[in-house]
Amino acid sequence: MKVERIEFGIVSPEMVKGMSAAKITKTELYDQEGYPIEGGLMDPRLGVIDPGVRCRTCGGNMGECFGHFGFLELTRPVTHVHYSKIVFALLKVFCRKCSRILVDPRDMEKVKGRKLSFKEFVTLSKKKCPYCNTEQKKLKMIKPYTFIEGADTLNAAVVRERLEKITEEDLTLIGIKARPEWLVLTLLPIPPVTVRPSITLETGERSEDDLTHKLVDIVRINDRLKENIDLGAPDFIIEDLWELLQYHISTYFDNELSGVPPARHRSGRVLKTLSQRLKTKEGRFRGNLAGKRVNFSARTVISPDPKIDLDEVGVPKVIAKELTVPVRVNETNIENVKKLVLNGSENWPGANYVIRPDGRRKKITDMNKEEISNELTPGYVVERHLQDNDIVLFNRQPSLHRMSLMGHRVRVMPFKTFRMNLSVTTPYNADFDGDEMNLHVPQTEEAKVEAENLMMVPKHIRSPRFSGPIIGVIRDHITGLYLLTKDDVKLSRKEFTQIIRSIDTTIEMPDKETLTGKELFSLFLPKDLSLEFKSNSGELVVIENGKLVKGVVDKVAMGAESGKLIDKIEKLYGSEVAKKFIYNSARLAIEFLMKGGFSISISDQDLPDAARKEIAEIIEKIRKDVDDINRQYEKGELKLLVGRSPKESLNHMIKTVLRNGLNDVQKVLERHIKDNPTLAMVKSGARGSLVNMVQTAAMVGQEMVMGERIERGYYQRTFPHFKKGTVSLEATGFVSRGFKDGVTPFEFFFDAINSRESLMDKSLKTRHSGYMERRLVGALQDLKVEYDGTVRDSANRIIEFSPGEDGLDPSKIEKVGVDVRTIAKRI
Amino acid sequence: MKEIDITKNDLVPKHTLLNDGEKLELFNQYEITLRQLPRILVNDPVVQNIGGKVGDVVKVVRKSPTAGEALYYRVIVRG
Repeated sequence: MKVERIEFGIVSPEMVKGMSAAKITKTELYDQEGYPIEGGLMDPRLGVIDPGVRCRTCGGNMGECFGHFGFLELTRPVTHVHYSKIVFALLKVFCRKCSRILVDPRDMEKVKGRKLSFKEFVTLSKKKCPYCNTEQKKLKMIKPYTFIEGADTLNAAVVRERLEKITEEDLTLIGIKARPEWLVLTLLPIPPVTVRPSITLETGERSEDDLTHKLVDIVRINDRLKENIDLGAPDFIIEDLWELLQYHISTYFDNELSGVPPARHRSGRVLKTLSQRLKTKEGRFRGNLAGKRVNFSARTVISPDPKIDLDEVGVPKVIAKELTVPVRVNETNIENVKKLVLNGSENWPGANYVIRPDGRRKKITDMNKEEISNELTPGYVVERHLQDNDIVLFNRQPSLHRMSLMGHRVRVMPFKTFRMNLSVTTPYNADFDGDEMNLHVPQTEEAKVEAENLMMVPKHIRSPRFSGPIIGVIRDHITGLYLLTKDDVKLSRKEFTQIIRSIDTTIEMPDKETLTGKELFSLFLPKDLSLEFKSNSGELVVIENGKLVKGVVDKVAMGAESGKLIDKIEKLYGSEVAKKFIYNSARLAIEFLMKGGFSISISDQDLPDAARKEIAEIIEKIRKDVDDINRQYEKGELKLLVGRSPKESLNHMIKTVLRNGLNDVQKVLERHIKDNPTLAMVKSGARGSLVNMVQTAAMVGQEMVMGERIERGYYQRTFPHFKKGTVSLEATGFVSRGFKDGVTPFEFFFDAINSRESLMDKSLKTRHSGYMERRLVGALQDLKVEYDGTVRDSANRIIEFSPGEDGLDPSKIEKVGVDVRTIAKRI
Repeated sequence: MKEIDITKNDLVPKHTLLNDGEKLELFNQYEITLRQLPRILVNDPVVQNIGGKVGDVVKVVRKSPTAGEALYYRVIVRG
């Protein structure tokens, strides 16, 4: 059946009565024996919340009976807070005496057939009723539910009376389908007890739900109001009680009304009433309907393990004992499964439940495990513990990628963290400063096969974002490979045997006494691979028939999100070979680095005196040039740049001088700094840049805010320590020292200004782009490529006739086109 | 002011109207009805240029760097 349309409406008092199973009259909940009172708020006819009890209305037990509504007859009508705005608008549009619409029939002719908003009707409304000529008084609404006409307060009874008199004809005119008087309540529906279950505490005490508390208040005040009216109490007392009833019913609907103090629990806690149950992220809609909790999943802190494979995940034993996979017992596996059952649920690898062929679930305990294992026959299903090589899904939020959720093979391990290979850190964007990740266990064979064929890590080495490898080697791995493959690295037979055998025990040992670093690396390359490319520092790297002949292996060759070598190997030999290659290379790098150890020092940034002198000269020249420009500007002799004002020209020229100066400093540094570990990291692309080195060793340079030199702060100066109108470099954010030597307080503050701006920019940008992504996903999430190749939405409408107009897989697109020559050579 | 023929512009792909036979063929090929096609407004300049009416189907031939020519069909709707 297809849902044609959904209509929302307002429930009439008749409907409230009609759907009710009980009339609520009593303020008490339970009698002396603790049984719920009939006619009380926990009336047994409203449903069951205790196990073993049958419903008095429908006869169902706890799981079957959803509960039934009751109703409360209000002594005096009360406005529904969430409708008070509409009620106010209606009062303004209809006559206070005859309840006809205040719009002149002649005006009406003009607007007939057009749908007008309430606001437009209000502006059309006349001061005098066009039907009975009654003068209309000025209406005011005091939020959230008080109406004032002229000087008097309009009570809900009067409001309701007026609304009752409105004709159907006028209602259709303004587009209201329900009777407007229903917006003012005379009967209050009492939700079933299943909606507000009471909990029995350990002490035997009963604790009621917030809604029940609120309803008790309502019933009590309603009763008091009734008594007082029957006793003929003075008007002001009745008015007060009525107002109190209005307050209680309003906060029952919404306890976060502005201008109304929230209703509180005896303990002083604010009550959670109807609106609060639905609203916000934890509310019914976003928290329970749009997003739910998931079974067969686990979450814990992640930590690195260099000896775990890329597509493996280390699962703590405690988690492996909790997560299960259903196994159908058959002739082949029965012996195995029996062993698992005999291990019980406490010992890994064991099993937690058996499901008999009749569908009955039985928990495996130490008491019954023998009995159950004897009972096992084909057709039984055993929920066994997670074991090595099970396929699971591993995920880190925010899931912005398809690579944020990938398939891994389980490896059960001691301790309490998920262990992962360092190279898969890039696609998940994970680090180990406390990050947590989620794990999901596919339960059916279909799900397992699908995960294995589509989601495993090797299948995601190549990213569809830029059709290159997104997984590669990182940080120290790059440094390690770089240092290993540099010229003149020699390893003795003992050394290289240790390294090779710690990585791979099957590889054939080269029959040589010494091995160069390049030769060692080449052992892990495919034997027929030939490739040429430029390295990170722009030098040529040559690989011929699986031998690295020239150049170094660095970020360009092996790095995540670049990796020319990985790219080629994945393309020619497949993702499994590429996976193995990444793993081996990372291991090789670490093993080699550990031969001598690797550490960086602040003394790596020491500069020889000659270099310091050169840099001082450069800074002096910058000063002089900028002074010259400033002087020319003051004299008005500055040659203006096209399309810029004098001030803009000045700033632009100064910025150019500063930029060139910093460049010169960088060149000096490059010339003078000797080979050292920090430089190795920079050159290989593992971490850090030359700019970072210049800033620590020599000079930080000009600090900028919003792309301009710093001129803000005080009137005509950046600090009160400078003269007004100072244009010197020091006063405008130029830092002429390096971090290592230390900066002046002024310079430090300028740097802090700059840092703060970058920090703000960064957080603002991620927020912005995060929300953009969310909206994009929302717009595209139910699009699907059908078997006929068209992209369609959930209503089966065609969005595209071929995905991306060409039907090509973006991860397999080559940027350079097909190189016919090399392919021909290969064949 | 000089009238500009927008269809002459390089950035405007070629739009042509389908006849009834072609329409039927298209519907059968994708097992769809008129309402499932992507839409284009009658007051779209290109539609006005080729004289399309509400309910007609336009065939759009776009140049594509990857696919050579990309076909797209759009139904004309009330603007």
